[in-house]
Amino acid sequence: MEKFDTMTGVAAPFPIVNCDTDKIIPARFLKTLTRTGLGKSLFDAMRYDPKSREENPDFVLNKQAYRNAEILVAGENFGCGSSREHAPWALLDFGIRCVIAPSFADIFFNNSFKNGILLITLPQEEIDKLMQDAENGANARLTVDLQDQEITRPDGSKVSFEVDPFKKHCLLNGLDDIGLTMQKVEKIDKFEGKQKAATPWLYR
Amino acid sequence: MTKPRTLFDKIWEDHLIDVQDDGTCLIYIDRQLIHEITSAQAFDGLRMSKRRARRPEANICVPDHNVPTTPGRGGTDEIDDEESRVQLEVLEKNAMEFNLPYIPINDINQGIVHVIGPEQGFTQPGVTLVCGDSHTATHGAFGALAFGVGTSEVEHVLATQTLIQKPAKNMRITVNGRLPAGCTAKDLILAIIGKIGTAGGTGYVIEYAGPAIKDLSMEGRMTVCNMTIEAGARAGLVAPDEKTFEYLKGRPQSPKGGQWEQAVEYWKTLPSDPGSTYDEEVILDISEIVPQVTWGTSPQDEVGINDVVPDPNQVSDPMRRASMERSLEYMGLAAGTPMKDIIVDKVFVGSCTNSRIEDMRAAAAVAKGRKVASSVYAMVVPGSGHVKAQAEEEGLDKIFIEAGFDWREPGCSMCLAMNGDMLLPGERSASTSNRNFEGRQGPGGRTHLVSPPMAAAAAIAGHLTDVRDLTEE
Repeated sequence: MEKFDTMTGVAAPFPIVNCDTDKIIPARFLKTLTRTGLGKSLFDAMRYDPKSREENPDFVLNKQAYRNAEILVAGENFGCGSSREHAPWALLDFGIRCVIAPSFADIFFNNSFKNGILLITLPQEEIDKLMQDAENGANARLTVDLQDQEITRPDGSKVSFEVDPFKKHCLLNGLDDIGLTMQKVEKIDKFEGKQKAATPWLYR
Repeated sequence: MTKPRTLFDKIWEDHLIDVQDDGTCLIYIDRQLIHEITSAQAFDGLRMSKRRARRPEANICVPDHNVPTTPGRGGTDEIDDEESRVQLEVLEKNAMEFNLPYIPINDINQGIVHVIGPEQGFTQPGVTLVCGDSHTATHGAFGALAFGVGTSEVEHVLATQTLIQKPAKNMRITVNGRLPAGCTAKDLILAIIGKIGTAGGTGYVIEYAGPAIKDLSMEGRMTVCNMTIEAGARAGLVAPDEKTFEYLKGRPQSPKGGQWEQAVEYWKTLPSDPGSTYDEEVILDISEIVPQVTWGTSPQDEVGINDVVPDPNQVSDPMRRASMERSLEYMGLAAGTPMKDIIVDKVFVGSCTNSRIEDMRAAAAVAKGRKVASSVYAMVVPGSGHVKAQAEEEGLDKIFIEAGFDWREPGCSMCLAMNGDMLLPGERSASTSNRNFEGRQGPGGRTHLVSPPMAAAAAIAGHLTDVRDLTEE
């Protein structure tokens, strides 16, 4: 996993509530066997005309100012629905490294952090300000500093945010969860020994 | 005196391996179901880091999301779509390489992960069970802590048999009253989602309690827990009881011999202690509900069948209003239209929400002696080989076929439209599945979520209709 410490990038306004993972990446693109290459299908139904497959010029990420956006400022309950990790893979493959919203769905939240995407939860009034910044287009870049837990707005003012300390540690260092858990293998062995004695029917 | 503990607290504590200073927990995962869509990259990860599966027998691999449901389908090698065929072949190859139990496409045990887990007795009270699928919440009907995970977590469980988690908060939803005639577990859960909203359960595990939940069959409890994720909660739970034990007794992976009594004794200790406290409590009475149907593009967008399409102008919150307007535009509906006037093109009875034997019976009871409207294509997709066989033994297939329904092979099918069973742009369905998201059943497709009897009734009428009007004739 790529490290995340600080980034500066264009933020795209995405003021849609309950944006589900089917919207982020429709199921027909889930036949892939890899984690890469999904960026072109990100937000497919909104991004392309269903018949001609031409880009929909009104969709935010098709506008010149936002074609290279690296941050999304979104509505509440972003990422609800399916557990497909293809959703964060598609965001990442497009170039989105950070999503800022009033709330996120649980499974999407975990999946994103495991792929080096920082999700920032902020109260609606802070989101409204950042949404306003994002509306200003390519010149309005946000800087996200994970170490200091601060977003710097284009006018230089700062917005601080909370992040789970363990998730922060993993992102800052690009740590692989499995590797970390493997260090606790003795505890897992011990647990299994105890469980096997207490509930033997779970072991065949 | 020890503090009273909830069902969730008990399962959590029984699986806790380690707690870090920052509160991050390592919990043990007893069971994992694996399908073709969310696993290939996990196996690749294991290969790249030269890791093996820690406990192969704690998994079941089965193809379901992307399998054809065409009657008399052949094996994997006969699938026309190359990407789909390769995806299924890769699942089989991975299962063999990592020595995991695998159920092939035309085995009688094959079916939707959330139908076969319980059928096999793989799902049991008190276990932790995960799958790379958000509807894993289904298994909570047995008092198992079951939730959906992403592919990275699938890999994590394969390699370590654990997950890194933070404990969820406890919510209890107490459902009083009796389900009225014409209403099912599907109507009950749609009504709950309508009440608490699609993000109402975020951060919680929801325990369903009360007489209306007790009254439900295991199939009904599975339908309720299945859609817990549509309310934002990763897991739903129902306390195990005699019905649970009765369902599990004698299943292939259920405890055998003396271990059965030992297991039941343990399972009986799991229900929440009297006096348990919850972070959130919701109480509702379902005696007065009517069959439910969705009008929009989120499962929370539901009304009674005798209502009309709601008017966004009557909503004060601007974000919510905008979202309703967008939904209505997508759905091609005008505010004020009676739900019963909505014409449907396709009807789908199936999915991990409603493809069990009880669902087949409920739809067949409505279809019996009637005909599918000539303007409608209707399909019934049983949830597993066993459900299909049982339904055929009861003659339900004949009832469906005589009424003009297509009787198909098991799989996820038109719930998520990966396998070619799908809506065309602009087409409208009455569907027993769980999501009415934009494009869920095909790009531009429009979905109305309903119960199995309501779906059968819509197929016959050619439009959404109140099943009670049909059954009272």
